[in-house]
Amino acid sequence: MMWKWLHPYANPEISYHFAGKILPWCARLAFVFLAIGLTWALLFAPADYQQGDTFRIFYLHVPAAMLSMGIYLGMAIAALSSLVWQLRLADATAAAMAPIGATFTFIALITGAAWGKPMWGTWWIWDARLTSELILLFLYLGVIALHNAFEDKNLAGKAAGILALVGVINLPIIKYSVEWWNTLHQGATVSKLGQPSMTADMFWPFVVCFIGFAFFVTALICLRFRSEILNRNSMRPWVRELVATEEKVHAV
Amino acid sequence: MTQLSYRAAFGLIVKRDLMIAFRHRDDIINPLLFFVIVVTLFPLGIGPESTTLARIAPGIIWVAALLATLLSLDRLFKSDHADGSLEQMLLSPQPIFILVLAKIVAHWLLTGLPLILIAPLLAVLLHLNEHSYGALMLTLLLGTPVLSLLGAIGVALTVGIKKGGVLLSLLVLPLYIPVLIFATSAIDTAAMNLPYNGQLAIIAAIFFASLTLAPFAVSAALKVSTN
Repeated sequence: MMWKWLHPYANPEISYHFAGKILPWCARLAFVFLAIGLTWALLFAPADYQQGDTFRIFYLHVPAAMLSMGIYLGMAIAALSSLVWQLRLADATAAAMAPIGATFTFIALITGAAWGKPMWGTWWIWDARLTSELILLFLYLGVIALHNAFEDKNLAGKAAGILALVGVINLPIIKYSVEWWNTLHQGATVSKLGQPSMTADMFWPFVVCFIGFAFFVTALICLRFRSEILNRNSMRPWVRELVATEEKVHAV
Repeated sequence: MTQLSYRAAFGLIVKRDLMIAFRHRDDIINPLLFFVIVVTLFPLGIGPESTTLARIAPGIIWVAALLATLLSLDRLFKSDHADGSLEQMLLSPQPIFILVLAKIVAHWLLTGLPLILIAPLLAVLLHLNEHSYGALMLTLLLGTPVLSLLGAIGVALTVGIKKGGVLLSLLVLPLYIPVLIFATSAIDTAAMNLPYNGQLAIIAAIFFASLTLAPFAVSAALKVSTN
């Protein structure tokens, strides 16, 4: 069996400790990459010949926008595996990802507005990409609201999962439908396959920043995943033992 | 005991829902009244100039149709869930897909169809361009079933929750955006006397995609909600 090595991780206790093990590593890598990447990007990368130093917000804006969509995809995959293989922990993963994704969508929108004001002369424009990012935020908020509306967290996970899947089918349709008023937003710069249409000394800091943010997101997901597991298993003996030992440590 | 054919089961549920609705006529009339009142509010808020109204008429009619559908969605599963007949339906030997589709068809007959019938009258009030009437009717004819189908997913997810009303609109309205965009774009294009087949084809594609996929999502959601 190819997938047999995966089976032990269906046990919440093992997954909890596994997430606890990778969490500090992700956090450290995120710190290192972000420290290098942001210093490089904000202080040493050359300024844009047209936009000047304003363009540096790109190093925050683009990773946030890419991750906001990536997290939604990850959430939908988790929801699908929860529905198909009845993995309860996949539910917990999806629940852990939703607020993080919503926050990154929000960051992308805010930094976009801050970038748009000096460049386009307006905070907001009903352009295709901005609109679809805003709708993505609505979809995230719907998933979170539905998750909060249920008392029983297992049911909440399933319901929110169905909504996330419906959303992921709709996302490309929404994206292409809002592209009908495509106006101001510049075309894709980074994701072009092959040659990116920016110089290497601007591009590499972006890669470092993006990797840093990706590790940061992974660390956050681990953190929230652990608390989701504790929340759902609060009556289990292993959780009580964990709490008891924690209390002992703090008492000393 | 003889087993009901799929067609008979489908027909029975549509008939039952229609009969229940005709015994509570308010449920049919109230969303329609809401539709009419919302549309009349816009000229009062914006001003009576016929050129302005004609320009925004497609958007007003379509947004009002979305909101009216949203209001009417509640009765799709709520009363059946309250009196337990929904669980009986889920337990029946017929596939849930058929039963869910029948309920959605009944819902469309009770809200979508009256909306389509009353829309030309409101279009007259808003001075809609005379070339646009055909596009308005066609987009409503193809679009309102999509509203019922996608809305059913939202209702199925929230039917077990006590205060699901506001939540429902939060879940469903973002999903309605593509239909709104293409429908109003088709009507605007028709006003300029240009062909609008492209937009209609896309709405039709959305209709058929949601017709085949939405009942699956609804049945999965109902299973979660009735637990």
